[in-house]
Amino acid sequence: MSDALPKARIATASLAGCFGCHMAILDIDERLIELMKLVDVDRSPLTDKKRFTQRCDIGIIEGGCCNEENVHVLHDFRRNCDVLIALGQCAIMGGLPAMRNAIMHSDAPLRECLDEAYITGKYIRNTTHNVPNDPALPLLLDEVYPCSQVVEIDYQIPGCAPSGDIIFDTLSKLLTGKFRGFEREIIKFD
Amino acid sequence: MSGTKKETGFSFTIDGVEVTAYAGQTIMEAADEAGVYIPRLCDHEGLRHQGSCRVCTVKAGGRSVAACTQPAAPGQAVENETAHLNKMRRDLVEMLFHEGNHLCPICEASGNCELQAMAYRLDMTEATKFPYLEPCRALDASHPDIALDTNRCISCGRCIRASQDVDGKGIFGYVGRGIHRRVAVNGENLADTNADSGDHAMSSEVCPVGCIIRKRVGFATPIGEREFDKGLIGHEIEEKRK
Repeated sequence: MSDALPKARIATASLAGCFGCHMAILDIDERLIELMKLVDVDRSPLTDKKRFTQRCDIGIIEGGCCNEENVHVLHDFRRNCDVLIALGQCAIMGGLPAMRNAIMHSDAPLRECLDEAYITGKYIRNTTHNVPNDPALPLLLDEVYPCSQVVEIDYQIPGCAPSGDIIFDTLSKLLTGKFRGFEREIIKFD
Repeated sequence: MSGTKKETGFSFTIDGVEVTAYAGQTIMEAADEAGVYIPRLCDHEGLRHQGSCRVCTVKAGGRSVAACTQPAAPGQAVENETAHLNKMRRDLVEMLFHEGNHLCPICEASGNCELQAMAYRLDMTEATKFPYLEPCRALDASHPDIALDTNRCISCGRCIRASQDVDGKGIFGYVGRGIHRRVAVNGENLADTNADSGDHAMSSEVCPVGCIIRKRVGFATPIGEREFDKGLIGHEIEEKRK
C-alpha cells in the first residue's frame, strides 16, 4: 500500500436492503484503518452526507429497487461513480424484498402484500384500516428489481451479508488495480 | 473382439489426462473413478443416468455430448475444463436460477444445495443478462414429515428415478412439455401418496436443491458449517487424484 497513490473517493447507499451489508462493511474490523488510507468517503450513511460533493471512483450499492426513490438514488450513483458495485444478494438479485414478486401466489402480489401487512393480517392493529398513502412516501414499484436491471453494474460482491473478508479483499484489490475475480472458496450466496 | 477386452479396459484422455475405462462405462463414470470431476446436476450416484440438465456437457471428438450418458470410447480426446464449456455451464446454471425462485438467503438448503454450489464452482458472480421469470409455484406442506417447495425445483428428475427405481413407488413424475415441464406428485398432494420420510427419494442427498424438505431437521446443521462450506462441489472426486 503505497502512500504515493492518490486517495480514491467512494460513496455508498442502502436501497431496499436491511442495512446488513453496511454493517458487514464494519466487519472489515481493524483493516478499516488500512482501507481508510486508500479512500475518502463521500456520500454515504457512514458519513451522513446526503449528496455527492464531487465525482467518485467507486459507488457501493446495498439493496435492490422497491420504490421510485431507490431508482433515483441508483441513477444518481451511476451518473456520479466510475465503478458501481452491487453489494449483497438484495442488490444482486432482489433478495428478501423480492419475495413479494412471486411467492405470494397472487395475480396482484403487491396488493396482497400490502393488504396483509396493513389490513387483513391477523396480528395487525391499524385503526385507520388503510394502506399508508402519504404523498411524502415514495411510490412503490410493481416489483422489486435487482440493480443490474435498472443500471449497468460493474462488479457484484455476493453474500447475505457478504463477509468482511470478501468486502475488504475486493475493495483493496480494486483500489490497487489487482482485482481478477473472486477466490471460489469465498463466494457465498447466504 | 475378444471377451477379455471388457475386463482389461481401454484408455482415453480428458483434458490430456489419461483415463482408464471399461466397456459400457460412460465418460463420467470413468472420470469419477480417475478423480476427474465433471460438473453435473441431474446425475446422482446410484440412480440411472438421464442426461437432461446438460451441465455435464463435454466435447468428445469435436461434438458436445452429455458425459453422464455418452459411453467412453478408446483413444477419445475429451475436453472438460475449458473456458468455453464452463461459460456454457455457467449460463445453464444461471438460467436454472432464473427459471424458479431461488432465494438463497431464505432457503434452508443453502450450503447443502448443489445448484448453489455449482454456481460457486462456475464463478456465477457477474451481473446477469437474463430476465428473472419469477413463476408462481405451489408449496405443498400437506404431508406430516415432508414439504415440497416447488419454487426451488430444477426438474432434474432425481426424485422421480429414486422413487421409481429404488423405492418402487413412483410418487413423482413429469407433467407438461417444454418450459412447462414440471415434477408432479402422484395424487392431489403429497399427503395423498404413500410417501414416507424414510424413502430414498426424500433423503437429503437426492434432491439437489431445497425443494424436498424433511420437516423439523432443516437447521440441525447451522449455515456456515454445511457440506459446501467445507469445499467446492466435486472436491471429493478431485482428491482421488492427489
